[in-house]
Amino acid sequence: MINPDIYREMGLSDTEYQQIVGILGREPTETELGMYAVMWSEHCGYKYSRPILALFKNYREAQEKGALENAGVIPLNDRLGIVFKMESHNHPSAVEPFQGAATGVGGILRDIFTMGARPIANLNSLRFGEIEGGDECARNRFLFEHVVDGIQHYGNCVGVPTVAGEVMFHKSYAGNPLVNAMAVGVVDLDGIASAAAHGLGNPVLYVGSSTGKDGIHGATFASVELGPDSENRRPNVQMGDPFMEKLLIEATLEALATGDVVGIQDMGAAGLTCSTCETATKGGTGMRIDVSKVPQRETGMTPYEVMLSESQERMLAICRKGTEERVASIFRKWELNAVVVGEVTDDGIVHVWNGDKLAAEIPAKSLTDDCPTYQLETAEPEYIRTVQAFDPLSVPEPADYNAALEMLLASPTIASKEWVTHQYDSMVQTQTALGPGDGDAAVLRIRETQMGIALKTDGNGRYCYLDPFVGGQIAVAEAARNVVCVGARPVAVTDCLNFANPEKPSNFWQFKRAVEGIANATEIFGTPVVSGNVSFYNETPDGPIHPTPVIGMLGILDDVNRCCGAGFEEEGEVLVLLRAGNDSCGGLGGSEYLSRIHGIEAGKPPMIDLEAEKRLHSCLLEAIADRLIVSAHDCSDGGLSVCLAESCFYKNLGAVALIRSDKLGGLQASAILFGEEQSRILVSLRNERHLKRIESIADKYGVQALWVGSVGGDHLRITLDGKDLINSPVSQLQAIWRNAIANIMTREN
Amino acid sequence: MKFGVVRFPGSNCDQDAYYVLRDVFGKQVDYIWHQERDVKGYDCIVLPGGFSYGDYLRTGAIARFSPVMEAVIAHAQKGKFLIGICNGFQVLCESHLLPGALVRNTGLKFVCRHVYLRVENASTPWTNSAKVGQVLRIPVAHGEGRYVAEPETLQKLNETGRILFRYCDDKGNISEAGNPNGSMEGIAGIANESFNVLGMMPHPERASEKMLQSADGKVIFDSIIKTLLLQ
Repeated sequence: MINPDIYREMGLSDTEYQQIVGILGREPTETELGMYAVMWSEHCGYKYSRPILALFKNYREAQEKGALENAGVIPLNDRLGIVFKMESHNHPSAVEPFQGAATGVGGILRDIFTMGARPIANLNSLRFGEIEGGDECARNRFLFEHVVDGIQHYGNCVGVPTVAGEVMFHKSYAGNPLVNAMAVGVVDLDGIASAAAHGLGNPVLYVGSSTGKDGIHGATFASVELGPDSENRRPNVQMGDPFMEKLLIEATLEALATGDVVGIQDMGAAGLTCSTCETATKGGTGMRIDVSKVPQRETGMTPYEVMLSESQERMLAICRKGTEERVASIFRKWELNAVVVGEVTDDGIVHVWNGDKLAAEIPAKSLTDDCPTYQLETAEPEYIRTVQAFDPLSVPEPADYNAALEMLLASPTIASKEWVTHQYDSMVQTQTALGPGDGDAAVLRIRETQMGIALKTDGNGRYCYLDPFVGGQIAVAEAARNVVCVGARPVAVTDCLNFANPEKPSNFWQFKRAVEGIANATEIFGTPVVSGNVSFYNETPDGPIHPTPVIGMLGILDDVNRCCGAGFEEEGEVLVLLRAGNDSCGGLGGSEYLSRIHGIEAGKPPMIDLEAEKRLHSCLLEAIADRLIVSAHDCSDGGLSVCLAESCFYKNLGAVALIRSDKLGGLQASAILFGEEQSRILVSLRNERHLKRIESIADKYGVQALWVGSVGGDHLRITLDGKDLINSPVSQLQAIWRNAIANIMTREN
Repeated sequence: MKFGVVRFPGSNCDQDAYYVLRDVFGKQVDYIWHQERDVKGYDCIVLPGGFSYGDYLRTGAIARFSPVMEAVIAHAQKGKFLIGICNGFQVLCESHLLPGALVRNTGLKFVCRHVYLRVENASTPWTNSAKVGQVLRIPVAHGEGRYVAEPETLQKLNETGRILFRYCDDKGNISEAGNPNGSMEGIAGIANESFNVLGMMPHPERASEKMLQSADGKVIFDSIIKTLLLQ
């Protein structure tokens, strides 16, 4: 009888252990127990989230058809498709930020090229604790600096540009940063690789780096809360080698092009265990492997260690019988290991041999499809009523609007992210038409077509904290809006759902409500969730993170040359606010302004009318297609004033905005300047002549087109009902915004 | 006229160089595998950017010993054309085809952004389509691009007009603010004594199409193509 402490330590409950004994009809071996523990973790098995994820229509249908592949494929034309996926690497990054972030990038890239797609872009969505402050923030700065370093190290070396993302700072992420990596690839539609092990007797090839003792039980580590002993989890963190990954990309794509590989899967979470049992399950077959044949970094590794290692840059490839030598030679040409370690069987069992000793004998399906799922309890947290009862309009007006704007521009969440993005190679592969800071989303051209794709990630933890349903809706709406601002049609979504311990009903309620919000918005926009990842247990003894679903949006441009940036281009351009939202507080609830200037995180998040939002998208896309628009920028964090300022900074141009409050619900100045009302886009037109045309397009879609002012001079001047509220030199505002993060990071370290 | 782009394991701008020559300039171009020992058929060879052999040890230090480099060095010694971009420049310095060295940026961080270059000498095979003082907007992307050399070397480079490009501001002034990596004298690109070998940190292949936000890098390819045509 196995000591219960052993399986409990691995994260299995007593009931789950009994289930395993039931499946096997005997006590499991140590290796088998480890394999179940890791595959039945939330990270691999989605045992808590699966029932909720069924709210995503695409996910549900794919699950029913048994077609949950590594990543979704979105057709671009009749020949090419786009694959994209996002994944978290939060816990590894909390204890070992450089490697944690680096291997996050590596892992998500492998998900892309295992499908036969060439990776063309990386994005990442990052959250850290506050970085402005003394020693109490030193750890947050350390994590921020080293996560960025890990991403640049891996992404730059592997030659995939990092083109977009977001970074936000909030105290709830102290000690538990969020590191969500997204990768995008382009694939020949008739060359999509399968992850199924087909064909009795087909050889199973192990390729890539050799196996070490790193990352053992990494997936299990991702499925517990962080605590004081998390530092001891550093051996659970994987070590990455981007040079190996670069070789693996080229070798894999070359091998897949031969047609000799019937199935392939990367070894990510749960390593060999996951890749063997999942490919066998998908193929409806079994698999026999011999761990003694696996290339190993050190001698004396046990089958348990080999099966659970999460060493990076490894793949499992199933070849047509007789072609294994040819396939292996491709990998060897790229100086990578390629060894036959087993073969496909037809008994539905994964047999793990260690030489002539049997180490594990498990029905493949019992590790994957038969992972127990649970309907967890939900309960609305008590704080919700209190925070929502707060009236954001009751807050006093600031004494000086210029000073308030400057404080917002200096907020690390709003400030320029150049300190980060200049460390990333955003241009390699020469496909980046709009890179970081150029537009509301990144735009990449697709070679040998006229087309382009637009990419953006979005997610606002504060909104989700105040109302996870609305926060989920807004995450989708804002990501879609950003993609529309560069002139692309939003087409599909990947998501990364970062939440706290789901076993606490209040946390699970947040999760369920956010997923409902996302499901609702993605259905209305016709942008299905095609791939994604759930990350639970993001909490420390200091408390849970803000619920933070992050949306990765893919948009398509039929003509990439028509893409539209976010900055004013020339003096004399005419400013128009396209508005389809209508929030009674002007979007002050949950705003950066309330938090930063008044230290308040309360109110309802901005209301969102998704149908109106959709009309706004159609309106702008038509105006861009009519070549009316020079620049388009979403009004989001910091509201209209920050939006105007950011568009000025691009070419250091001034602007005058003359606003009438009666056109904006008669609200107080702070709400108009800093409120984050949704469904608003600031556009600039070449000249006055285009004003009539944009008004008539807006009219057609039921969108308000509000003349705001024009581009010119060297000041940003905003007046409300004839009164100057903001009047500052653009160069001064720009310096604050551009240098804020660099100043913090050089001053404090 | 035939170009060859060397592929070391870890090269990652090899495809960019290949595409720009084939698609933008319509030239014949092949990849040359790092284990190739014969590069006779090529008029101009490109050592592309990237992280050859992972850049473990020191950037460009391992690539120098690869089989293909022996042939590439012989190619250069015959007076044939060779350009090293970014990591390729590092390999050229490590191979002693160009003097000096490229070390860690003064900012200690990788830097990827558009910078401005001033053309310092327009009477070379690589710049004959440009004008002296012309300002080019071309991106850099490197962690180790700070050019350093002994005073005598710098003096010699200056005297012989072998400094082809310097970092500058958008008006063409050489300044610290325009220098992304702390290179001595703002040096961004240099040639060997006979001007058939060019090494530069900025990436002209990333700035040869308007849709990539600058086509200023074209002038370098235009120049070498003109040179080869007139040969």
